Amino acid sequence: MGTRKGMEVSIGIAEAVMMADVDVIPAYPITPQTHIVEHLSELVADGHLDAEFVPVESEHSAMSCCCGSVAAGARTFTATSSQGLALMHEILFIASGMRLPMVMAVANRSLSAPISIWNDHGDVMAARDTGWMQIFVENGQEAYDHMMWAFRVSEDHDVLLPIMVNFDGFILSHVVEPIEVWSPEEVKQFLPPYKPPYRLDVDKPWTFGAVGIPDIYLETRMAHNEALIDSQKVMEKAWDEMAEVVGRKYSVLENYKTDDADIVFLTMGGISETCMTAVDQMRDEGKKVGVIRLRMWRPFPFAEVAKELGGRKVVLAVDRALSTGGCGGPVASEIKAALYPLDKRPQVVEFIAGLGGRDVTIGDFKEMYDKGAAVAAGGAVPPYEMVGVRA
Amino acid sequence: MSSDLTNVFAAKMLPKRELFSPGHRACQGCAPALAMRYMLKALGPDTIICNSTGCIEIISSSYPESAWGVPWIHVAFENSAAVASGVEAGLKAMMRKGRIPQRKITVLAQAGDGGSMDIGLQAISGALERGHDMIYMCYDNEAYMNTGIQRSSGTPWGAATTTSPAGTQSSGQNTWKKSLAEIAVAHHIPYVATACVSYPFDFMEKLKKAAAVNGPALIHVFAPCPTGWRCASDIAIRLGRLAVQTAAFPLYEVVDGKFRITQNVPHLKPLKLYLGPQGRYNHLTDDQIEYLQGELRRRYGLLVAKAEASQE
Ligand SMILES: Cc1ncc(C[n+]2csc(CCOP(=O)(O)OP(=O)(O)O)c2C)c(N)n1
Ligand code: SF4
Ligand SMILES: [Mg+2]
Repeated sequence: MGTRKGMEVSIGIAEAVMMADVDVIPAYPITPQTHIVEHLSELVADGHLDAEFVPVESEHSAMSCCCGSVAAGARTFTATSSQGLALMHEILFIASGMRLPMVMAVANRSLSAPISIWNDHGDVMAARDTGWMQIFVENGQEAYDHMMWAFRVSEDHDVLLPIMVNFDGFILSHVVEPIEVWSPEEVKQFLPPYKPPYRLDVDKPWTFGAVGIPDIYLETRMAHNEALIDSQKVMEKAWDEMAEVVGRKYSVLENYKTDDADIVFLTMGGISETCMTAVDQMRDEGKKVGVIRLRMWRPFPFAEVAKELGGRKVVLAVDRALSTGGCGGPVASEIKAALYPLDKRPQVVEFIAGLGGRDVTIGDFKEMYDKGAAVAAGGAVPPYEMVGVRA
Repeated sequence: MSSDLTNVFAAKMLPKRELFSPGHRACQGCAPALAMRYMLKALGPDTIICNSTGCIEIISSSYPESAWGVPWIHVAFENSAAVASGVEAGLKAMMRKGRIPQRKITVLAQAGDGGSMDIGLQAISGALERGHDMIYMCYDNEAYMNTGIQRSSGTPWGAATTTSPAGTQSSGQNTWKKSLAEIAVAHHIPYVATACVSYPFDFMEKLKKAAAVNGPALIHVFAPCPTGWRCASDIAIRLGRLAVQTAAFPLYEVVDGKFRITQNVPHLKPLKLYLGPQGRYNHLTDDQIEYLQGELRRRYGLLVAKAEASQE
């Protein structure tokens, strides 16, 4: 068991990246991610971490630089948010399509316009289909643990895909939490050094990033998709082994007080913790309500979601992003897709909450519950609602 | 930096090995493809290439074939300099940490004129400024050839392209070709040179120097494209010579900020000799040619003055 230290979650992430003995860190500042790369540059400057810190001139170059260093065979980390993730967009597809394993911490923040530095999931949802593994962590410990875990999964030869570890900007990135740090022995036991199956090696010259003519493009995309779907097995194995090493067990989704719940919330990211508090209070009032927190977003756990939600009366899907002019919330739309093939489907009541850093309170969750209870009692399913919006 | 004898090339001293293989899909008489062949003869097998999207990438890497006998990576159009930064940083870290053996490996990023002077300029500037030990090479065929001969900021004044056509109200490109080498010089890097495929030994010697310096180097190599320039496919080399001899593309190097003209042209040839065989200049009037010639000569004079001032 490692020691427990109070630290800002961003600093914790940087410390975990140091423990993972990363080789290259291409970095560009953007709020609320900046503290991670600032701290990494300090760790390098003070000789605690032997790595190349590359202060690139843009996020587009940060992601391009990551592709180069991974292709050279180096363990690579970067972090970004919002506009930075958007600027990387083109290269995100290439990093995953070329099967280049790397870890990126994304401190989730809304997208402009209007410019906003505050938290929602608009940035990562715009990068949803880039072919990366994407998970959401809820607290400092999860964020810390999942750095080691992310390298291990990403670099697994059955996966070889980049991964985004998403965590809420400010709400999580800037708070001080107790974090149990890993010992060097624990890291060694869990995370082997990166052994690339292919690299830019002058003794064995490979061509990376060749032209995919119509005869091969389709197969390449299929292989990529299968690898992404199959990465779930590797994730689960790594979670199991992490539990053996540090005693904390994670999974694709987590249930909170759901055993007898007819109505369940489905949340992702930091608001889950507020939601759990609201559930505690509602339980005290005798309401049969629970929360399912989704940790794994890509690949999407269709089977687990169908299994956990299938028997309920009402699912309250709480999204932190808006598919403008479309279905409403991206998470809700995935949930509905998971439920559609079932014979007996719960009703899905959709909420879009906390865009651009608007607070989502315990009271908000209680109101959402009341709307769900009305549907459970036979009321019509309302269209998706933007929680707390002023007319 | 001195150019010792090992840097002096002669035809029979060139390595026989072709690290850029024949059988690729370039057009007949493609000088950029020739530039690749020379480049790898100069740099040898311990070289990693980071290539931008463009003609060279497309003609050399159609899966499952590859013309490259050295490790090669293509990521996107505007970022080969950033990719090379990552390769260089990765090798450096891994060598320092004992993960791979210590060894001199040349990392070269390259793109065409469009990938360099337009969309990739920021990434180049960043990589040069950060001081990575790498070579950036722009092979300049003076337009976006891969996408069908559109103008770039490397297209010369007067040249007709598919987006700077000659019409009743226009005479082709109406802006001046960007001086990429001078932009690189402004980054205060140790080595910058222009080169031309028609002067292969000069080109290869410059590549060797670029590889030898500690830190970033940039080479801007002129490479005629018969398809895009609308000329016969057997005159790319002749056109390259004429470009140098008419001051359309002077050859020089800048070592630690000091300019030196590497191909002196005491008596510049008439520009018409260079423009004449190229369909892209067909529409120019004698007056326009005169005007262009005057401007190119004025600039050549400035370059000569800089070289002279560098000697003082
Ligand atoms: C972001 C992006 N924009 C546009 C393109 C389309 N594109 C591919 S190659 C190219 C032109 C390349 O021109 P240049 O760099 O001069 O190389 P050349 O083809 O002339 O050798 C363009 C516009 C692209 N691939 N990516
Ligand atoms: S278009 Fe020009 S540069 Fe491209 S392959 Fe043909 S000759 Fe070479
Ligand atoms: Mg070009």
